[in-house]
Amino acid sequence: MPKLSYLKALNRALGDEMAADSDVFVLGEDIRVAASNLTAGLFDRFGPERVLDTPLSEQAFTNFATGAALAGMRPVIEFQIPSLLFLVFEQIANQAHKFSLMTGGQCKVPVTYVVPGSGSRTGWAGQHSDHPYSLFAHVGVKTVVPATPADAYGLLLSAIRDDDPVVVFAPSGALGVREDVDFSTLAPVPLGVGRIARSGSDVTVVALGHLVQDALAVADELAGEGVSVEVFDPRTVYPLDVEGLAASVARTRRLVVIDDSNRTSGFGAEVLAVAAERFDLAAPPRRVTRPDGAVLPFALALDRAVQPGRDQLLAAVRGVLTSGGHR
Amino acid sequence: MTSVDLYRTVRLIRRFEERAIEFVRSGEIVGGIHPYIGEEAVAAGVCAALRPDDLITSTHRGHGHVLAKGVNPARMFAELMGRESGLNKGRGGSMHAADFGLGILGANAIVGAAGSIATGAAWAHRRRGRDVVAVSFFGDGAMNEGMLLEAFNLAALWHVPVLFVCENNGYATTMPVAGAVAGSITGRARAFGIPAFTIDGQDPEKVLAATTAAVQRARAGKGPTFLECLTHRLDAHHTFEHRARLSYRSAEELSAGWSRDPVEIQGARLAAEDRAAVDAEVEALLDAAAGIALGSAHPDPAAALEYLYASPEVMR
Ligand SMILES: Cc1ncc(C[n+]2csc(CCOP(=O)(O)OP(=O)(O)O)c2C)c(N)n1
Repeated sequence: MPKLSYLKALNRALGDEMAADSDVFVLGEDIRVAASNLTAGLFDRFGPERVLDTPLSEQAFTNFATGAALAGMRPVIEFQIPSLLFLVFEQIANQAHKFSLMTGGQCKVPVTYVVPGSGSRTGWAGQHSDHPYSLFAHVGVKTVVPATPADAYGLLLSAIRDDDPVVVFAPSGALGVREDVDFSTLAPVPLGVGRIARSGSDVTVVALGHLVQDALAVADELAGEGVSVEVFDPRTVYPLDVEGLAASVARTRRLVVIDDSNRTSGFGAEVLAVAAERFDLAAPPRRVTRPDGAVLPFALALDRAVQPGRDQLLAAVRGVLTSGGHR
Repeated sequence: MTSVDLYRTVRLIRRFEERAIEFVRSGEIVGGIHPYIGEEAVAAGVCAALRPDDLITSTHRGHGHVLAKGVNPARMFAELMGRESGLNKGRGGSMHAADFGLGILGANAIVGAAGSIATGAAWAHRRRGRDVVAVSFFGDGAMNEGMLLEAFNLAALWHVPVLFVCENNGYATTMPVAGAVAGSITGRARAFGIPAFTIDGQDPEKVLAATTAAVQRARAGKGPTFLECLTHRLDAHHTFEHRARLSYRSAEELSAGWSRDPVEIQGARLAAEDRAAVDAEVEALLDAAAGIALGSAHPDPAAALEYLYASPEVMR
C-alpha cells in the first residue's frame, strides 16, 4: 500500500475539494510557492484567483475571507505560524463566529483556518510555538486537531464543507507522520466524532494530534507490564465527542488526558470537568499539560520540559492505576 | 433618483431616529442607540447611487445606512426593540442590523472591521461573474485602525469594486479628528493609490453625484474609490451621553452644524406642498411601523442560542 504523509494528506484534501467545488479557494502568505508545502501544486492547477497570495495583513485578509464567505464562497486560509491566530482572534471569534446568530440566521460563514505547524516547532522559541486550540473551543469555534494522515485528509474535507468557521490545527509534531493508506478509502471524517486509537480495558488516555503517537508508545510500554491502555482520540476539540468518551470510560473507569495547551482552562481541564459531571470513575482523573501560562523557552531541553511528554504520561497513568479502588 | 426621493430618505431617517430616541427614553429600546441625526445626507446620497443587489457594510451608527438601502422600518424598529419580527429576529439589535436580501451585510460594532469584509464580498461577487459593488461606511475614528488600512491595500492591489465612505463628523466619541489623525484622511487613501475626494456630506445631491462616479468606476473594473464626506453629528455619540453629561464641543459649534441641516438643505429644493406631502407620508409610514413593532412578539428565551451555528449542531 502507498504511504501517505500527514502534510501530503492535507494538501490532497485541499486539492480534491478545490477540484470538486469551484467556490473553494485558498489564501495566505507565500502559498503560491507553497512555502509550507500545504498548497504544493495548487497554483499550477488552479491559478491565481484560487490560490491567492496575500500581503502581510492578517487582520484584513481574515475578514476578507469572511466577506467572501458571506458572498457564497468557501475560503480556506493558511496561517504561517500559530501565533498569528492571536492577531486575528477578533476576526474569527468576534466576527466570523458571531455572524450567524447576530443576523438571526441570515447568513453562514464557511471559512476554514489551517495552521500547518502548530505547537512547538523545535528551536523556534516563544512566539512560534503556541498551540492555541483551547481558546477557540472556549469561544465555540469548531476546532479540529487531526492525529493521522487519513484523519488529516478527512477532517480537513469536512471542515471545508462545514457551513461554519472551523480552525484546523496540524501540529508540527504530526506533519511527518506517515501511514499506509489505500487512497480509494480516503473519505470525509465527521466533526465531533472521536475514535479509539487503541483498545484497552484498564485506563482511558485521551490524546490529540501528535500526542496520540506518544499515548500509543506509552500504551505499548505499559502493555509489557500487563496494563491495558485504551487511547481515545477525540479528533475535534470542539464539539467534543462526549458520548464516545463516555463509552470508553464506562469500560475502563480510569481517565488520564494529555493536552499540549496550558493547564488553566485548557482542553484537559474540560475533559476532567466532563468526567466529574458524568462519569463513574474508580480513581481521580489526571491531566498532563503545559504549565500555567507557559511560554516555550528556546533551549531544547527547556522546550521539552514545558511540553507534556511520555514520561509524565507514564507517571500519570501509573498514578491513576494505583490510586482509588482496585482495578 | 429625484430630489423628492432624496428628501424622502433623509426625512425618513431623521424621523425614524427621533422616534427611536423616544423609544429609548420610554424603555421600549434597551441599551440605547447611536443617533445619526445630522449625517443623513451621506446615507441617502450614497445608497441612491446603488442598485438593489449592491452591498453595504455599516457601523455602530448604522440606522441611516440600512434605511437608505431600503429596509422595512417596521422590521428595523422591531429589531431595535428586540422582537422576533425584527430584521435579525431580535438577535442583533441596533449595532448589527442586517438584511442580506437587500445587500446589507450588517452593521458592525467593531470600528474599522467591516472595510475588509466589504472588500472580500465585492471580490467574491466579481469572481463569480457579477458586477456588484460594495460600499463600506465608517467614521473618521476608523481611519486610525490598522485593519482598515490593510483593507485599502488589498482593495487597491486587487482592483476590488468597493467604495470606502468615510463619514467625517469631526469626532470619534469625544476625540476631535485633529487630535487623532496625523496627516490627512484622504492622504491615507491616496497613499494606496486610491482616488480620494473630500465632499460636502450635508448635501444629498452632491453625495449622490460623487458616489455615482465612483460606482461607475468600480463597475468598470477600475477598483476602489474613497469618499471623505464632511458631516456633523448633531446629537449625542450615544443616547447614554446625556446622562454622562460629556462636554467636548461648544454650543456655537453645534448651532453652526444645525445651520447646515441636510433635511433643510434638501427640503428647500421642494415645493412647499410636495414637501408637506412627503412629511405626511413618512409620518404615516412610521406610525404604522412603530405600531407593528410594538405589537410583535418577543423571542422565546428557550431559543436564545438559535442560529449560533449555520450547520445543525448539538451543543451542551
Ligand atoms: C475597535 C473599536 N475600538 C473602540 C470601540 C468603541 N467605540 C465605539 S464607537 C467609537 C467612536 C467611533 O468614531 P468614528 O469612527 O469617528 O465614528 P462615529 O462614532 O463618529 O460615527 C468608539 C471608540 C469600538 N467599538 N471598536
